[in-house]
Amino acid sequence: MSRHTLSVLVEDKPGVLARIAGLFSRRGFNIESLAVGPTEHPEISRMTIVVAVESSPLEQVTKQLNKLVEVIKIVELDPTNSVNRELVLVKVAATAETRGQVLDTVQLFRAKVIDVAPDAVTMQITGNSGKIGDFLAVLEPFGIRELVQSGQVAISRGSRSISERSLRPVTVPVPPVAG
Amino acid sequence: MTEQMTGAQSLIRSLEAAGADTIFGIPGGAILPAYDPLMDSTIRHILVRHEQGAGHAAQGYAAATGRVGVCMATSGPGATNLVTPIADAHMDSVPMVAVTGQVGASMIGTDAFQEADIRGITMPITKHNFLVTDPAEIPRRIAEAFHIASTGRPGPVLVDVAKSALQASTIFDWPSELHLPGYRPVTRPHAKQIREATRLILESRKPVLYVGGGTIRARASRELLALAELTGIPVVTTLMARGAFPDSHVQHLGMPGMHGTVAAVAALQKSDLIISLGARFDDRVTGNLDSFAPHAKIIHADIDPAEIGKNRHADVPIVGDVREVLLDLVATLTTEAAAGRTGDYEGWVAFVAGIKSTYPLGYDEPADGGLSPQYVIERLGAIAGPDTVYASGVGQHQMWAAQFVRYEKPNTWINSGGLGTMGYAVPAAMGAKVGMPDTTVWAIDGDGCFQMTNQELATCAINDIPIKVAIINNESLGMVRQWQTLFYNERYSNTDLHSKRIPDFVKLADAYGCVGLACEKPEDVDATIEKAMGINDVPVVVDFRVHRDAMVWPMVAAGTSNDEIKYARDLAPDFDEDEASL
Repeated sequence: MSRHTLSVLVEDKPGVLARIAGLFSRRGFNIESLAVGPTEHPEISRMTIVVAVESSPLEQVTKQLNKLVEVIKIVELDPTNSVNRELVLVKVAATAETRGQVLDTVQLFRAKVIDVAPDAVTMQITGNSGKIGDFLAVLEPFGIRELVQSGQVAISRGSRSISERSLRPVTVPVPPVAG
Repeated sequence: MTEQMTGAQSLIRSLEAAGADTIFGIPGGAILPAYDPLMDSTIRHILVRHEQGAGHAAQGYAAATGRVGVCMATSGPGATNLVTPIADAHMDSVPMVAVTGQVGASMIGTDAFQEADIRGITMPITKHNFLVTDPAEIPRRIAEAFHIASTGRPGPVLVDVAKSALQASTIFDWPSELHLPGYRPVTRPHAKQIREATRLILESRKPVLYVGGGTIRARASRELLALAELTGIPVVTTLMARGAFPDSHVQHLGMPGMHGTVAAVAALQKSDLIISLGARFDDRVTGNLDSFAPHAKIIHADIDPAEIGKNRHADVPIVGDVREVLLDLVATLTTEAAAGRTGDYEGWVAFVAGIKSTYPLGYDEPADGGLSPQYVIERLGAIAGPDTVYASGVGQHQMWAAQFVRYEKPNTWINSGGLGTMGYAVPAAMGAKVGMPDTTVWAIDGDGCFQMTNQELATCAINDIPIKVAIINNESLGMVRQWQTLFYNERYSNTDLHSKRIPDFVKLADAYGCVGLACEKPEDVDATIEKAMGINDVPVVVDFRVHRDAMVWPMVAAGTSNDEIKYARDLAPDFDEDEASL
């Protein structure tokens, strides 16, 4: 099994997330990570979906996704030619003795402290999953009290945009009203 | 064209504008506002007795006419009763629009009376669905629903309309164009793929045209006949494609699959090239996939790219409308033939013709002189003829109806293939008859299936829809019983329906305002069918009381290889020896 990152442009309509999540589950695919948000076009949302599958079932799920009327475009991002990021907020136990070490870790990973309490520090870090995994491994011994992680978002390198060609208006004439 | 009206009026106006002439449905609280303007509409509404009947009737209407079938129901249980026909239409690619009422917009999500999230429920079984809470959206959503249901790979679309939207005042504004950026079905096949397919067809020595239901939906029978006769390639038609190619045609080997003919199954198994036309390599056709047609290359033409390569790798994938694909192939192969390049299939054609004549479809008459179900169906097909529309339920009678009625024309065979919905026949026949009022429509049904949906006989009798129903009454859930005979040591757990005793189908028909007939002797079969054929003012129900031990043969047991086909119990055909001479 290998990890694949799909960028999916969808119409921003109610229920579209349920359609996509439902399709993955009923065709037997596990979503490792999912992030949804707006794009440069107000009527279009972009989902970044990370799945672990072989390539032939991936082709099948991509084709099934394409059949959804509200799915406009699907691009599998080439890992060597794209960047991906996740965001983690993590609350770590930190007493007067250990706080210095925790803050050193923050420095080393270019993370950021966003809240401090007498017995805890809350930090944010962005990066790819490898960096985040390393950061959390270093924090583990201090005692992670709470952790929240976003889905991965990803974008291709270079100047091309995946959305520029998919928004040409496609219109279908409707027969005139009878009578 | 814009006009001020209620959302309900706008809905009916939109359905008229979309071309609906018939709606099968039942009113109820949430959809009630729409039923008022329906009274003044040009649309004929047929009040069914159960929403499942409305859904299957819309399917039967669509399958017989090729037009979009429409059904309507209220919120909650009305809508959930449509779930089975919607799933059925999804599996068999039937163009259908289901309109359901929903509780008022402010009540949605509150567990209101008769509330069900029908949009959520039907997401996996519709081609697309909508929830409309803004009355101004009604015309556009209806136009989109009809467009999506009837184009590309056809399928069911559900439009759920909140009662508040039906009651509100709005502007009716029929759209002149639709904006569906994510919906662009490809109908024109790629020229390179056509060239590649042409090359494979000319190179192959043992090709088969594997014809699926997509050929019927694409109205491509004439083009199929042209390709078959141009090349001489043998043809098999799947359960969904019966009628796409004339059964009387010398190149036709019959139906492939679990209960297909030996010739059709053997031709696929032994072929070196399968040309799949709107078929989907369903498990009932391929048997064990790993051993299916092991030496065949595959040309897979389908309008749905997701079908191509789903079950079997395609050497030449062709995305496109089957009719367009056939037209292109006929054109390229005609050019090749003019240049003296044709395929050499002589040995192969002789081989499959030999199997066809050695292993024809047949059946044993019961030893006790009782009535055999296959004989009834064979005679029904012979007497009613190829212009009749046949609708069936699901089970043994369905397989016999697929085997022993001789189909010559597309859209004359209507059944539930993918989902296998018992109870399909009576309401589907009703819908077909409404769509084709001048055509004779026979439902060939089982005694089990018939008891699931026979309440629609009331609808038929009251609304002048004179269908004919042949109940193949073996007083059992026959197909399940057959499996119990073969695989469960004849332990008949819960398959005995006692239908020769209860109910009395003749009295039941009479109670429903239909003519009821019964027949239990072979010598009475023709006269009974002819009597039924002569009654055209009311529905007719014939109780054919057949012997219960008849089994469907040939058979490839579920999950086994097509090479293991049995011509009859414990009788395997031997086509390997003949093949050695090829």
